[in-house]
Amino acid sequence: MKKFFAQCYIWILMILLYAPLIFIAVFSFTESKVLGNWTGFSTRLYENLFTGRMQGSASLISAVENTLLIALVSAAVSMILGTIAAIGIHNMTGRGKRALLFLNNIPMINPDVITGVSLFLLFIFLHFSQGYLSVILSHISFGTPYVVLSVMPKLRQMNPNVYEAALDLGATPSQALRKVLIPQLRPGMVSGFILAFTMSLDDFAVTFFTRGTIGLETLSTYIYADARKGGLTPELRPLMTLIFLIILVLLLVINIRQAKMQKSE
Amino acid sequence: MAGEEHIIDLKHVSKSFGGKVVLDDINLYIRKGEFVTLLGPSGCGKTTTLRLIAGFLAPDEGEILLDGRDISGIPPYKRPFNTVFQRYALFPHLDVFENIAFGLKLQKVPADEIEQRVRKVLKMVSMTDYEERDVDSLSGGQQQRVAIARALVNQPKILLLDEPLAALDLKLRKDMQIELKEMHRELGITFIYVTHDQEEALTLSDTIVVMDEGRIQQIGTPAEVYNEPVNAFVADFIGESNILNGTMIRDRRVSFIGHEFDCVDEGFGENKPVDVVVRPEDIYFTQKEEKTQFTATVKSCTFKGVHYEMYVDSDTGYELMIQNYDAYPVDSVVRLYIDPDDIQVMHKERTCNTFEGVMKDETHVEMLGGTFECLPQPDLRAGDKVAVEVDFDKVDLLDHQEEGELAGEVHFLLYKGDHYHLTILTEDGDHLWVDTDDIWDKGDQVGVNFAPQDLKISKRHEA
Amino acid sequence: MKRSHWSIPYAVFLGVFVVLPLLLILVYALQDGSGHFTFANIARFFSDSDALGTFAVSLEIAIENTLICILLGYPAAWILANRELNRSAVTIVLFILPMWINALMRTLATAELFSMFGIQLGKGTLLFGMVYDYLPFMIYPIYNVLNKMDKSYAEAAQDLGATPWKVFWKVTVPLSMPGVASGVLMVFMPTVSTFAISEFLTNNKIKLFGTIIQENINSSMWNYGAALALIMLVIIGISTMFTGGRGEAEEALI
Repeated sequence: MKKFFAQCYIWILMILLYAPLIFIAVFSFTESKVLGNWTGFSTRLYENLFTGRMQGSASLISAVENTLLIALVSAAVSMILGTIAAIGIHNMTGRGKRALLFLNNIPMINPDVITGVSLFLLFIFLHFSQGYLSVILSHISFGTPYVVLSVMPKLRQMNPNVYEAALDLGATPSQALRKVLIPQLRPGMVSGFILAFTMSLDDFAVTFFTRGTIGLETLSTYIYADARKGGLTPELRPLMTLIFLIILVLLLVINIRQAKMQKSE
Repeated sequence: MAGEEHIIDLKHVSKSFGGKVVLDDINLYIRKGEFVTLLGPSGCGKTTTLRLIAGFLAPDEGEILLDGRDISGIPPYKRPFNTVFQRYALFPHLDVFENIAFGLKLQKVPADEIEQRVRKVLKMVSMTDYEERDVDSLSGGQQQRVAIARALVNQPKILLLDEPLAALDLKLRKDMQIELKEMHRELGITFIYVTHDQEEALTLSDTIVVMDEGRIQQIGTPAEVYNEPVNAFVADFIGESNILNGTMIRDRRVSFIGHEFDCVDEGFGENKPVDVVVRPEDIYFTQKEEKTQFTATVKSCTFKGVHYEMYVDSDTGYELMIQNYDAYPVDSVVRLYIDPDDIQVMHKERTCNTFEGVMKDETHVEMLGGTFECLPQPDLRAGDKVAVEVDFDKVDLLDHQEEGELAGEVHFLLYKGDHYHLTILTEDGDHLWVDTDDIWDKGDQVGVNFAPQDLKISKRHEA
Repeated sequence: MKRSHWSIPYAVFLGVFVVLPLLLILVYALQDGSGHFTFANIARFFSDSDALGTFAVSLEIAIENTLICILLGYPAAWILANRELNRSAVTIVLFILPMWINALMRTLATAELFSMFGIQLGKGTLLFGMVYDYLPFMIYPIYNVLNKMDKSYAEAAQDLGATPWKVFWKVTVPLSMPGVASGVLMVFMPTVSTFAISEFLTNNKIKLFGTIIQENINSSMWNYGAALALIMLVIIGISTMFTGGRGEAEEALI
């Protein structure tokens, strides 16, 4: 009985949470310009999306490209910077370590608006021209903390002697790094990369404040502008559905991997 | 087995971490082919010594020689040593074969030779057929064998072992000890072994190096350190023992527990305070009155598998531990004697506490990082450098650190038959020694005070 | 080179891209347009009835949103963390999944859903949408704490004679407070500061504090915008102190 109520509660919440997403997904299979108006099943919107035959298609496609480019570059840099930083922080002690971990948390606690405004002021202050580079740097700044936090546990789990064991067996420090350290940190680095990547994909506020006036649009800013003009471009529906599916798959992959790793331990 | 030729020499080696001295002027040589054990409690500097030899640490002072040549500048990956780490440190992303082949691959040994050598070494550690296993799927003992194989396959001149058996259960540990000993004999290479387990050290070693507080306490064969410990620490750390205060009356005659005994030691002088060690298996029961040296009452008797362990109170009121194959009932009065050969007499390292201090004013002295009241010292002026002596039994220990002028921790304790002899480590890292009847435990936090009349102050003359 | 020195590049990066920007908010907030020191921007906020009103509305919405999220999220987290009631680890993944979808997209979808059912956009729909957006951020940290909690505490309490109801109130709830605190931090602050979302959910009827910061920055009123951001930062500081949170919830995501 208790179990039944509990299950009901969970399912009702779940349905409520997913209703808007399902709603969009369902209406991605009809051609109607207005959401909520079913005009028969069609994959036209998907076709349009992939062939680029639609109104303002050029700007939507370039927004998607920009989003992916920014996310890939910033997540890759975050992964490298964050891994190196995590190794450093792991080997630190005392006040310095605590201070760095505290600073590392700030970008995660700060609301997007504050991060956006503060970085906007930074670029103004430095007379740094805003565009791709400023957006990528900003995304690195909020992506790297996630990499640091995913790599740190891997370092903690690692037997502190494995690096020395590699040296002992004749590996130079750089060989020890490549053949022993990195392979063991790789799962953490990959999770960190995926987190930084999805954070970047999702971001609206920070991009909005740091993109400058060169007309750089990412998917989020495109949607924002589109919605303010009134009415979403219908092709956004299949796009959102696809993004949702991609993130669903990515997250399930991470979680299943983690569960497997925990089991094998 | 061990030649006379030195393979490793440590000369005046010192090492500190963040101001704390971990090794203090270590001098040690290791002969080619020898099985040497560095033995001591945690924090004694044994692992640091091993890591210095392996090259993971560099000495602050002194030098480390390999075959007579200084190897200070040589990084660990160029030293012809291999290490078996405490928790094995197998590479979890590689299988058994890849772990063992790791070093050979780096040396660019041809693949077929790698294969051959890995198989050979796996056979040696009885792990044939485990090549493709994931190291995480192995038991502790199996991981241990792989770790040993991984080190040995590189044919090191010296095998370094850092508490390799510490994580195994007792039964497995005993088996592995025998196997290690076998391997050492077969291979003929030098083994340097670190452990805190005295029994393991006695079983395995050709030579034992007993360490404490960053210093070497004694170097000797297992029989030497067991039978002739040089000080109370070694006597207490290795095996069970009765450690007692005594007085050397003259050569070959010593008094302790209120009785006089013949012994074999000479050259201590007359009426000199000494420490006396008697192993519990060396106190014998007798029926004959003429052999009896003293009598005692049995207080407890416990069966220990092979022998009985008994605590007795001597007629003079000292508690002694005795091990014997026969049991004697509790409360029975027994006749006891000790052979002169079995009495080990040791110099006392100190007979009272001596601190360096500076007079603050006529009735206050500054020492050990605190200021203490003393009796008026009319001959001394403020700023005079002084030596302060305090008898062991004149140190007051308090339950709460904040109640004392000094705060410290019980670092080491020794039961001396009728009282405890404690070593207190103060917060500033100074040592002081205390005789007390109260029962304290290792690690207890204590406050320390001295009564003014117990400070014996004399002017210190700069040497 | 020592291993600990590997953190230096990141330390420098954090200095330039996290510490310096936050200091610049302070600097700009205390300057007038020509770079002279002034408190005028701060003073202006306290005399600007429009901004104060928005501020009050934002706090109100944020508090209401946080409370609703606790009320709805705690039972959900408790059920999900209870092995008897929920065996699948995937359920919790499904619950946190919406956190990863662009909030703007979710909001627009929600707004469209409201308009399809002909519901008037206003404060009600704003709250509804906010709860939608932020509920996963409340559920996950609480779930995490409950899931990691040593079951022997509850067993010990039962052993000492507590009824299941008492076990829940006297043991489970107090021990899970850190999770609630993280959840509050992750729901409250973003709600106060969100922009864009409130506009879409209320058809521009209700503005939240984030929106007026954005409007000022976008119309080149940097100093006043910075002053508003500074006020926001002070509130973040205070609520972080109160909840003792350190972004644990976000850490727990990993």
